[in-house]
Amino acid sequence: MALAVSQQTRLSKRVRRETFVGWLFVLPALLMYAVFVLVPLLLTILYSLYRWDGVGPATWVGLKNYVTIFEVPDLIGTIVNAFWLVVFFSFIPVGLGLVVASVIHRVATGRLGAIARTVLFLPQVIPLVAAGIIWGWLLALPGLINQILKAVGLGAITRAWLGDFDWALPAVGLVGIWVLLGFCIVLLLTGMTKVDPALYESARIDGAGWFREFVAITVPLLRYEIGVCLTVTVIAALAAFDIVYVSTAGGPGNATSVPGIQIYVLAFTQRAVGLACALAVMLMALVVIVILPIQWLSREGAR
Amino acid sequence: MKSKKNTLWLVVSVFLVALMVLSACAPAAVPTPEKVVVTSMVEKQATVVVKETVIVPQTVVAPAAATGPTCGTDPVVLNAYFETGFDIPFKLADEFTKQFPNVTWNISQDQFANLINSAPRLLSGDNPPDLLRLPTMVSFAKDGLLMNLDSYATLFGWDKWPVPQLAQNRIAPDGTRGSGALYAMGLNYSLTGIFYNKKLAAQIGMTEPPKTVAEFEDLLAKAKAAGLLPIMEWGSAKSGMGLAFPLQNLMAAYGPVGPINDWIFQKKGATIDTPNNLIAAQHLEQWIKNGYFPPDINAIEYTDAASRFTKGEGVFTFNGDWQNTAYDTGMPGNVGFFLMPPAEAGGSPAAMSAPLTYGIAANAKHADCAAFFFNWVATNDTARQINVTIGGSNPGGPADATMPTVTAGSVTNETLAAGPVVGKAGNSMDFIANATSSIFAQGWTPELQKMVGGKQDAAGLLKAVQAEYLRELAQ
Repeated sequence: MALAVSQQTRLSKRVRRETFVGWLFVLPALLMYAVFVLVPLLLTILYSLYRWDGVGPATWVGLKNYVTIFEVPDLIGTIVNAFWLVVFFSFIPVGLGLVVASVIHRVATGRLGAIARTVLFLPQVIPLVAAGIIWGWLLALPGLINQILKAVGLGAITRAWLGDFDWALPAVGLVGIWVLLGFCIVLLLTGMTKVDPALYESARIDGAGWFREFVAITVPLLRYEIGVCLTVTVIAALAAFDIVYVSTAGGPGNATSVPGIQIYVLAFTQRAVGLACALAVMLMALVVIVILPIQWLSREGAR
Repeated sequence: MKSKKNTLWLVVSVFLVALMVLSACAPAAVPTPEKVVVTSMVEKQATVVVKETVIVPQTVVAPAAATGPTCGTDPVVLNAYFETGFDIPFKLADEFTKQFPNVTWNISQDQFANLINSAPRLLSGDNPPDLLRLPTMVSFAKDGLLMNLDSYATLFGWDKWPVPQLAQNRIAPDGTRGSGALYAMGLNYSLTGIFYNKKLAAQIGMTEPPKTVAEFEDLLAKAKAAGLLPIMEWGSAKSGMGLAFPLQNLMAAYGPVGPINDWIFQKKGATIDTPNNLIAAQHLEQWIKNGYFPPDINAIEYTDAASRFTKGEGVFTFNGDWQNTAYDTGMPGNVGFFLMPPAEAGGSPAAMSAPLTYGIAANAKHADCAAFFFNWVATNDTARQINVTIGGSNPGGPADATMPTVTAGSVTNETLAAGPVVGKAGNSMDFIANATSSIFAQGWTPELQKMVGGKQDAAGLLKAVQAEYLRELAQ
């Protein structure tokens, strides 16, 4: 009895010490997180309640900045554009990524697969600013894409893709697909290597083709990876800044203007820090609202 | 062996994925300015200015002896913040050290768009710059971040220079520009107008610059009929919309420049939505509909437009004298310049002109030396020569200062000659894109792009920009 008690106290002491040591290990990261994420986050929420130019005195305005966002059509329009980008930055790369990854996984495991992976992953490595400039040239009126269209007899549809009201957003989306596809493929391929090959073998013995395998085995078992892909790419779409800034800077008109661009212009060019922060807080809330269901669904599936 | 390879691949890919997740999350935070590609045009526009009449006496008059403070004889390190992409301040700084060896420089530089964002931080920081390229100034002056230069103006005699030179750098207590205390100086004064390709102009029968808007429009129609692009201009949001140049020139042709300047200087009750400006905007809309601009203008950046014009695309282009050197190099002897003609024959031409604005931080350590530098730039013959040769713009300064010589055949001769014409007529304007710090990004650029896309008309353009202007002033 006495022995058991003392063992228990010893055990709980050890647990406590381990917990303490654990916290000690986490502390540096936690500190960084607090200083560089939590504090700015709280400050952003605080600033959004003021009218402030970033230097001079700030005036308390309550929720007026949030009202302004709904009153100015150009500001609320950026959020609509952001949801369009979700289609290009998220749905297409994840969907296409699944197909390409499963093809690579099934037919090209050797050198060919490695080459395909590398080529598709390259956009992640190229600095986005350089990529933006190159895409700008490719999509320009005298650019390569229009030259190819002309060469194959489609001269009638050539246009300055990034300067066209109807096509600028899809053109920016194309750049996004190019950037994010490789990321999805590599993540999904990694997930596929985890799947027990016996499942595929038994499916094949049962006479399942590629498509049947894909629908019955690959997609359900990759639910968690798909969830991660969706989360990362949806955030990339809703909080897009770099891809849009380097390709169109929001033009023409406000056809490709997204919250990230407006926040930047409002805060740094217009020096309406309060309004910029209000838009940033709204964007953050929006991202959380969209991401949480994806997280729940993919977690449940993984379990 | 194979499984080892697979494990290795797994490890590598997991690492890569982790890296990607991290980097993909980064943009979710506030965008980093470092990633931003800088727009060379915004800065151009901000620099757009025209100069004042500087009379050009050929007799050499010794620069007015400075009676103000100097840089002394002790070692001084001037803390300066210049604009990337423009050689002038750097060349002037080198020459200054050559003449005053006790002064050395600690120069930082940044793109204009980044300067807009970092200027408040620099000015209010611990080591405020002695000299800073000012992207905008009203809000900085209001916040007490800029040094009031009035006493230097008196000491050095700047207030006796031809008046319009300093007017754009003056800010009244109510925050309007054009009069009041002096908060900045121009290193030079640029002029905008219409450049033309001489060969192509001859091809459409232009023997002399047009004298009225109607004559100019006649030339545009001829160019179009001849299968040439009448006007090369840029319009991408990355550079800012270049159609603001022809628009403002048309405004000045159809109405007095006073109300336009009032609007830019944020005078009370000023509006851009006037009947005269509506006529101007309607002409621009017609030009767009007639196909006088490149069809892909909304995707053309400033540098692309400049290089395409140099390569022979476009008979005319609206731009400023900062581009002189590049035009002279790219199309030597083939480029000419004229001011936007008035609406009626015999009227006087107008032009956008603005100083290349530099200021001194309110807490600068070497304000005296920086002020002495301003005075030296405007009055020293070598400095003035550098200004014209490297920058292509008028160095301004006292009315009796020597005008530097220019290479024969350079288009700089034509822009320098045009300056006094505008000055004499009193028709110089600041740029409508400079009215507020973001009227260009949030007003003119998107609305003019919409006009190109057929989604905005002349009346709607002026109304939308005026609404944005009022919204920004209310903030």
